[in-house]
Amino acid sequence: MTSLAQVGMGTTLAGVALPSPVLTASGCSAAGRELAPYLDVAELGAVVTKSVMLRPRSGRATPRMAETPSGMLNSIGLQGPGIEAFLEHDLPWLAARGARAVVSIAGGSVEEFVQLAGRLVGAPGVALLEVNISCPNVASRGQVFACDPRAAADVIAAVKDAADVPVLAKLSPDVTDIVSIAAACVQAGADGLSMINTLLGMAIDTDTLRPILAGITGGLSGPAIRPVAVRCVWQVHAALPEVPILGMGGIMTGLDALQFLLAGASAVSVGTAVFHDPSAPARVARELRDALADRGIPGVADVVGLAHREGRR
Amino acid sequence: MTAPSQMRARLVGSEPVGAYQLLTLDAPAVAAGAGPGQFVAVAVGGPGSAMLLRRAFALYTADPATGLVQVVVAEHRPGTAWLVHSPVGTELDLVGPLGRPFPLPAAAGTAVLVAGGYGSAPMFDLARRLRERGSAVHLVLGAATGERLFGADEAPDVADTVTVTTDDGSTGRRGLVTDGLTALVEDTAADVLYACGPMAMLRAVGEIAAAYAVPCHVAVEEAMACGIGVCMTCVLPVIGADGRSRMVRSCTEGPVFEASRVRWKDVGTLPADVVGADAMGGHR
Repeated sequence: MTSLAQVGMGTTLAGVALPSPVLTASGCSAAGRELAPYLDVAELGAVVTKSVMLRPRSGRATPRMAETPSGMLNSIGLQGPGIEAFLEHDLPWLAARGARAVVSIAGGSVEEFVQLAGRLVGAPGVALLEVNISCPNVASRGQVFACDPRAAADVIAAVKDAADVPVLAKLSPDVTDIVSIAAACVQAGADGLSMINTLLGMAIDTDTLRPILAGITGGLSGPAIRPVAVRCVWQVHAALPEVPILGMGGIMTGLDALQFLLAGASAVSVGTAVFHDPSAPARVARELRDALADRGIPGVADVVGLAHREGRR
Repeated sequence: MTAPSQMRARLVGSEPVGAYQLLTLDAPAVAAGAGPGQFVAVAVGGPGSAMLLRRAFALYTADPATGLVQVVVAEHRPGTAWLVHSPVGTELDLVGPLGRPFPLPAAAGTAVLVAGGYGSAPMFDLARRLRERGSAVHLVLGAATGERLFGADEAPDVADTVTVTTDDGSTGRRGLVTDGLTALVEDTAADVLYACGPMAMLRAVGEIAAAYAVPCHVAVEEAMACGIGVCMTCVLPVIGADGRSRMVRSCTEGPVFEASRVRWKDVGTLPADVVGADAMGGHR
């Protein structure tokens, strides 16, 4: 047994030291402010903010959500205030509370990503950029940058040139070979990988006999996708063991988070769980610390990728 | 307004009322500072539930003295069924109070309150508060059937007049809740309207209010996933103070809106002039 106080919860993600390996997930905690009644944002590894674009964006029509077994479909369409409002209102709020921000950026072209990265240079409290090349709720319906190694690499190389903080590429599981996409992003300069984004899904209302979502298709998230996410992290860590990974996909508990660390993630994001339990990111961190203590593991760094090695009998 | 918090709330009472279930919960942090029109978001299915999304319910009562709050639940899918059949003593994961309450007028006047189905739940607390401030209250309750009315027996205790309508005529007057509303607004010289219920009803009440140029505050029922403002699913097009329309969250900016600000005919669509619609690349 390791005592709770001794468990080292600090981790390093793409060269950035974080006090906790548990972060929020893009699109599931807005820019952090709404969670303030339920947890201390400064205690999180970081707040991963909802993907911001250059201009204000309305998002799609409603219905935008459908509950599915152990998951949900969303079809928000990247609603947001745009980068200028984000810089004026959201980042300063996080910085004033001592929270670290991982800023998720989304663009329709390489040039838009570059402009976003440029606007974020020198902004307060930005620890990392997460480059959302994999949101399924865009006009091209899942035919996103992250489905093509070359398109993904073009975005990442350009953002890397423009950014003044380390860059994570957010990958889609909706590809035949996620390792080849991951390798292309790393070769283009990505300092780490975020995985996974939602899976493209769909549900039909059997009363109206029509698709439930106004956007027809949506992104599937929640525990239903966790095994897919763990598999993706496992495969990429096996192929690229030196590449830092921020793991996410259906994490509800500390033991779920531990699976991702064991598969090779250096830190994790808690996303859809927040809709179920707004204090989930803080709770998952506590549960993870307890789980490490129970197993006599000194700290987070000691379990990253451990399942690839001898394990324990 | 009291800041929301998350708590384990014990279910201390559960009883059928007509077509609904009235749940009583021990939730002092909610009861202490909730206003009429505010709501709570409840996790369903117990630990490890496969149902991830919270269910939102308007508060029917919130008593700071006892710490108890009550909500009205209509059973229709597995999540609400779980709540309805949860035994007394069950600990529920509750977040609240959420949303903005109905605004109360600065001066005493005459208010008409209109509710459809169990949309009446927040109207009783609202009626009491209006009368405490010296306002006259006229309450109109409507539902598809008598069984789907909520609170008709209690209504005379909180209102100066009560009008009950049902679509099938099984209780009260046959017809829609809005049928006699124009006459009521005129006869009572109402200077404010409040409504809660289905969207079509809210829109109709808003149109009557507009015709008489009286303010009209409505609590909308949009599907929510989180209730706390992070999921962006419960949006509807609302005209802001600057005259521009935006897709706004009904959980944090609502659920109460001034009816004339809501673009009723555009709910469920993405109007081209909404802020940021031009950035959707023609994709709706």
